Amino acid sequence: MGEKIATRAAYGDSLKKYGKENPRVIVLDADLSGATYSNRFAQEVPERFLNCGIAESNMVGIAAGLATTGKIPFLHSFAMFAAGRVYDQVRNSVAYPRLNVKIVGTHAGLSVGEDGATHQCIEDIALMRVIPGMTVVNPCDAFEADAAVKAVMDYEGPCYLRIGRNPVEVVMDQIPGYHFELGKGILLREGSDVAILATGIMVQESLKATEALAAEGINARVINIHTIKPIDREIIEKAARECGAIVTSEEHNVLAGFGSAVAEVVSETCPVPVVRHGVNDVFGRSGAAQQVLDAYGVNAAGIVEAVRKALAMKK
Amino acid sequence: MENKQLAGLATQARLLALDAVHTANSGHLGGSFSIVDALTVLYFNTLRVDPANSKDPDRDRFVLSKGHCSPALYAVLALRGYFPQEDMKKFRSIHHHMSGHVEMNHVNGVDMSAGSLGQGLSAAVGMALAGKLDGKDYRVYAAMGDGEIAEGQIWEAAMAAAHYKLDNLCGMVDVNGLQIDGPTDKVLSSAPLADKFRAFGWHVIDVDGHDFGAMAAAFDEAKTVQGKPTMVLLHTVKGKGVSFMENQVGWHGKAPSDEEYQQARTELLARLEA
Repeated sequence: MGEKIATRAAYGDSLKKYGKENPRVIVLDADLSGATYSNRFAQEVPERFLNCGIAESNMVGIAAGLATTGKIPFLHSFAMFAAGRVYDQVRNSVAYPRLNVKIVGTHAGLSVGEDGATHQCIEDIALMRVIPGMTVVNPCDAFEADAAVKAVMDYEGPCYLRIGRNPVEVVMDQIPGYHFELGKGILLREGSDVAILATGIMVQESLKATEALAAEGINARVINIHTIKPIDREIIEKAARECGAIVTSEEHNVLAGFGSAVAEVVSETCPVPVVRHGVNDVFGRSGAAQQVLDAYGVNAAGIVEAVRKALAMKK
Repeated sequence: MENKQLAGLATQARLLALDAVHTANSGHLGGSFSIVDALTVLYFNTLRVDPANSKDPDRDRFVLSKGHCSPALYAVLALRGYFPQEDMKKFRSIHHHMSGHVEMNHVNGVDMSAGSLGQGLSAAVGMALAGKLDGKDYRVYAAMGDGEIAEGQIWEAAMAAAHYKLDNLCGMVDVNGLQIDGPTDKVLSSAPLADKFRAFGWHVIDVDGHDFGAMAAAFDEAKTVQGKPTMVLLHTVKGKGVSFMENQVGWHGKAPSDEEYQQARTELLARLEA
């Protein structure tokens, strides 16, 4: 078992580390810097940190204005507000003019826990991925979050980075030859009965699920898709062709999110059964993070069930 | 530049905007004609810009937050030499690049894309902050509509500009008193506007938005204000310059018929010769 670290904590350290070295980086927050961990940069480089107050729309616009002058703004709030509240501003002030703004939505998904449904954003992947030209990245652990920060900082163009609140096991540091490249999925486990394509913290759950599946004689391939847009069409098509059945897993509504993105590719390249595992189009509720995830089946057991469904449909 | 010259340029800009909207058979002339005098003062008198070096990092910036008034901005940019005046014929055409709302990546001279109301002042705040961070002396200007300022984001930006003491920022509101659904004081009253911006920490200047000298003086006064942003309230007439469009709510976003086009053109040409 790897150490448990929240991706937001790793994110905060990496933003400080890489942002400090890059004078173009400007960090913005909307009164949540202690929760998003943008305060770690703020403490180190106060002259390049702007607290915009509880005014997310304005923060997005300020970031857009900064980007027109060549700055690389990283703006922060909870995913609910960074992607949801300011959808129009992100679309029209950032993405349409193709400005180099990085939108960081922390506290994404059900694993926000106790704060409940108002703060458990399960729609951000869908909202951001349908905006033309937007890159959408969802790292699964602290190790990958670090690589993702570096990658989106170096990439010229609008990006949405999805970050979680809760500590999750670090697993990517154990992957031989791990290399993070925007738009490239990572094969974590070979297998040919079914392919589980997972994003974010469901990657760890997928790996857990393979143990239960192996006990039933099911050999599952596991692929980590950290970049939801542009999505790795090649690795998806190969998985569909070689495994004949796909399960997707995300801590997000099953509608219009990661699973839908995979299904779009599969249906156009190599149609095989796709079962989307995630939140089944319902709002979350309060509870400890793991309790909420378990209550909605957003865990390894839910993935095992989805795999059985997929295999039942496999010809 | 002399007021008379500025007035002539503004009338030429109205003719170009009229042509563009008539050719496209769509577009917003009412608000374009109320703001175009201010844009003429900005681009021919106030702004430190060079059309031959339109991306100069040290240039002054202008954000047209009321982005539907592209006919006015595009016309002034054309007259200033950012692109050929013939490009105005390409306005809103599927075959060309002259987008219906102001767009920065294809129309030379446009500093920020806008159109979804309420967002431009925030972008201007970002540009002004960047100037402060980099120790540059450029200034940033932004124009909003008096209907547009019902958007809450304008007031978020107003708070931020005062908080960050952005004395390199000069906003303006085109107070023409009309919006799509009717008079602004009937749809959603914004009065008392000057008091509101003063309460938000801005230096406020009321000015006749069709008095070229007064506007030039107001923008000059804004340059002298220290430690706070300036808001210039431009008191204007929607549809200014064409008799049958003036103060008519129906001319917010309507293209003129061929007859209306000819009459408007005749009136504007007469002004040009006067």
